Amino acid sequence: MTVAAEGIAAGLRGAELGQRLEELLGRDKVLWRPEELLLYEYDGAVDTARPDAVVLPSRTEDVAAVARFCSRHGVPIVPRGAGTGLSGGAIPVFGGVVLSFARMARILEIDVPGLRAVVQPGLINLHLSTAVAPYGLYFVPDPSSQKACTLGGNVAENSGGPHTLAYGVTTNHVTGLEVVLSDGTVVRLGGKALEGEGYDLVGAFVGSEGTLGIVTEITVKLTPLPEDKRTIMAAFPTMDQASETVSAIIGAGIVPAAIEMMDALAVEAVEAAVHAGYPLDAGGILLVEVDGVRDGLDEQRDRILEIVRAHGASTLRVARTALEREQLWAGRKGAFAAMGRLAPDYYVQDGVIPRTRLPAILRHVKDVGERYGLRIANVFHAGDGNLHPLVLFDSSDGEAELERVKEAGREILEACVDAGGSLTGEHGVGMEKNCYMTMQFAGSDLAAMRRVKQAWDPLGLANPGKVFPTPGRCKEYDLRRARA
Amino acid sequence: MAETTARPLSLYVAGDAPARELIQRCVHCGFCLPTCPTYAVLGVEADSPRGRIRLMKDVWEGRIAPQNAAFERHVYQCLDCRACETACPSGVEYGKLVEAARSQVERTRPRGAVPRLVRWLAFDQLLPHPRRLALVARLTYLARDLGAAALLRLIGRRIRLAERLAGSLDLVPSGAPSAPQLPLVFPASGERRARVALFQGCIQRAAFGGTNAATARVLARNGIEVIVPEEQTCCGALHVHAGERASGRELAKRNIAAFERLGVDAIVINAAGCGANVKEYGWLLKDDPLWAERAARFAATVKDATEILGDMGLTSTPGRLEASVAYDEPCHLLHGQKISAQPKALLAQVPGLRIVPLAEADWCCGGAGIYNVTQPDLSQRLLHRKMEHVRAAAPDILVTANPGCLMQLASGVRASGMRTEVLHLIDVLDRAYAAAS
Repeated sequence: MTVAAEGIAAGLRGAELGQRLEELLGRDKVLWRPEELLLYEYDGAVDTARPDAVVLPSRTEDVAAVARFCSRHGVPIVPRGAGTGLSGGAIPVFGGVVLSFARMARILEIDVPGLRAVVQPGLINLHLSTAVAPYGLYFVPDPSSQKACTLGGNVAENSGGPHTLAYGVTTNHVTGLEVVLSDGTVVRLGGKALEGEGYDLVGAFVGSEGTLGIVTEITVKLTPLPEDKRTIMAAFPTMDQASETVSAIIGAGIVPAAIEMMDALAVEAVEAAVHAGYPLDAGGILLVEVDGVRDGLDEQRDRILEIVRAHGASTLRVARTALEREQLWAGRKGAFAAMGRLAPDYYVQDGVIPRTRLPAILRHVKDVGERYGLRIANVFHAGDGNLHPLVLFDSSDGEAELERVKEAGREILEACVDAGGSLTGEHGVGMEKNCYMTMQFAGSDLAAMRRVKQAWDPLGLANPGKVFPTPGRCKEYDLRRARA
Repeated sequence: MAETTARPLSLYVAGDAPARELIQRCVHCGFCLPTCPTYAVLGVEADSPRGRIRLMKDVWEGRIAPQNAAFERHVYQCLDCRACETACPSGVEYGKLVEAARSQVERTRPRGAVPRLVRWLAFDQLLPHPRRLALVARLTYLARDLGAAALLRLIGRRIRLAERLAGSLDLVPSGAPSAPQLPLVFPASGERRARVALFQGCIQRAAFGGTNAATARVLARNGIEVIVPEEQTCCGALHVHAGERASGRELAKRNIAAFERLGVDAIVINAAGCGANVKEYGWLLKDDPLWAERAARFAATVKDATEILGDMGLTSTPGRLEASVAYDEPCHLLHGQKISAQPKALLAQVPGLRIVPLAEADWCCGGAGIYNVTQPDLSQRLLHRKMEHVRAAAPDILVTANPGCLMQLASGVRASGMRTEVLHLIDVLDRAYAAAS
């Protein structure tokens, strides 16, 4: 496959690119030697590709200078936060420059009465909540990787987290952005106000996965910490019982802050890692949290306990202290990262389904695992119907094994879309699911999205090869689909 | 874009390559990044645990050679503080990996005559020999008292080595060296609850011998009889951290032979770095059929002084000390040995002590064994960061539990003109007991 075939002009590449950037920005901000580039070819997922240079900007002007340079020389730009992403968003499919925001990680302003913070994109998600906690505030979206992932990455992927069930995803908590367009223009979208005049370009930008431009500053909404919380862990003999309980809780008119589910395989990894206290003999585990004003929380908790018992829970635990609550959550939040205890690699899917279809789809996931002879662990946001099947494998078994694993993943996604769901809840499309976009969108829908992309990034240099199907990489999948 | 060609085989030389099965545990999730001090300072993936593990994996896959200058630079820029191990949900044993990577550098990359001489002097001629080390310690104190640092700084404008020596002299503890000859036995007060052997260490013995005596006194006072075997040597931690695994193994064998026939309930160490290393003797000697089992058995009996006191509980109530204290957790106690609750509980039992919170108390101070000598710039940046937090906490006493940390923190406190006293936790207890008598 040639680069030209993907519609990207073959511009400046290789060591010369790095050296020219070094002249532009200084040695301290540019990496281009092969052994340095080796370490920017991966992220949290399974795909890899090597950049031609890495730039570590320390201010917006650096980013603008790189973008101007790259637009003049036909060089793709791929922004990178902490490299924890799960759809290959930070992987430079067509080479070019990776922009690492590791050195732009400051909080610029905390506006307590206005409930806003202005931050740089490299700031770690949890660090923001820690910094504003003394004011009784927090930043709501809490991806499981929140200890490590950056807000720039959250904006790019429109990240979610366990607590998005009641409070919404990243886009609901961002009011303003400073963005560098791929020609180097610096623009401001939105601000501190909730609603602005004209188009909602903040809404268009959040979740665009670096394909519309590069975020250099983010204005986020802060939320008062809930007065109190009740956290319940319930273990069930089967996943079916756990799934039915989820619908029953929401059917009863309760909207918990979070409802998370884990299967036995996931519990095995988690218990080895953090000793969260999940029973190892359970078929499925639910973690349910309600929060808000203290009044009425105990009633909600009791109603949930009633429903959970009626559905056959074998073990029940209610966190009595903040420490116990943290322990219960540590298990859930460390679950993906603990998979190394079960296998050297995992491939995670992010499909969304209508909640009521949970039992059927989970049985399908199990069936796929059995047919492919692959172990699949499930850890996911049950309340949102946002699945995360983790297909376990060993990448040292070779490319063919990875292809087989991806095939299994594709079958699961197809079932999600057929059930009336979608390809991704929060991990992004990236280079991992871009070929499958045609499963969900008609040609005209995709064309409308492409026109938006063209308006922002006419040269196609902003994170190319992501979101939209690319002819080269997606040829095989398109052919198979045409035959089917 | 997938590369399908088979890669050539590993570029590691035989023996002590970073274990593949340990590397495979890493799922590159990135949870370690925000806990890594060098990543925080440098912001480069190659100076993060995930990046360094990837480099080690790349050597296995033939993509980079262990003699590559970048490989050496990044595995030596690591503090080996092991904060990443605490953060890792998949249980990657990073310390074992980075130590093996360094040994590959030492095996494959020939060093010049001067570094070879320095290594030989330090690792073979000094550390294992308590008398020579004590002499050097006395000379070093003398040099400091004569104002050698200022002179070296003057020379250092021309010769960089002199500047670095001056930096090293700044680490010399204030006061005179205390290396008392300890009695062979410290009998337990009251009912004897256990009998243990004291591991004296090398630097600890030469520079902080008083702390060894205090350790024996505090243990004895709490019903634990202490014997002090003369036939012991340096634990080899600095050797293993510097990739000198062969010397590390020799020292380990000498210590195992010296301690294993004593029939004690535990071997007690008050230097966190030594304790972490000695507890891993089983791993160090795992491929030696004559020693593997003996080493593992020996390692299982090792306890940090705060660990045994915390676990067994104090039987004697400490006296009153009116002071505010902050506890800076030694990396090799917290991350290397997973000991955190016991030392804090011990401090809480001293009447009158007010424990003040210290931000980033779980972060390396930049001391990291001999890191402050080998990587002075990075070490200083981390020390400044630590001192900012100490200034904010403003304790009367800054407590830690490892000689490297003691020297580094004390030099930081001196340089920033604070009046905070820096003490080993055991010395605080010893002082409290002295106040009780």
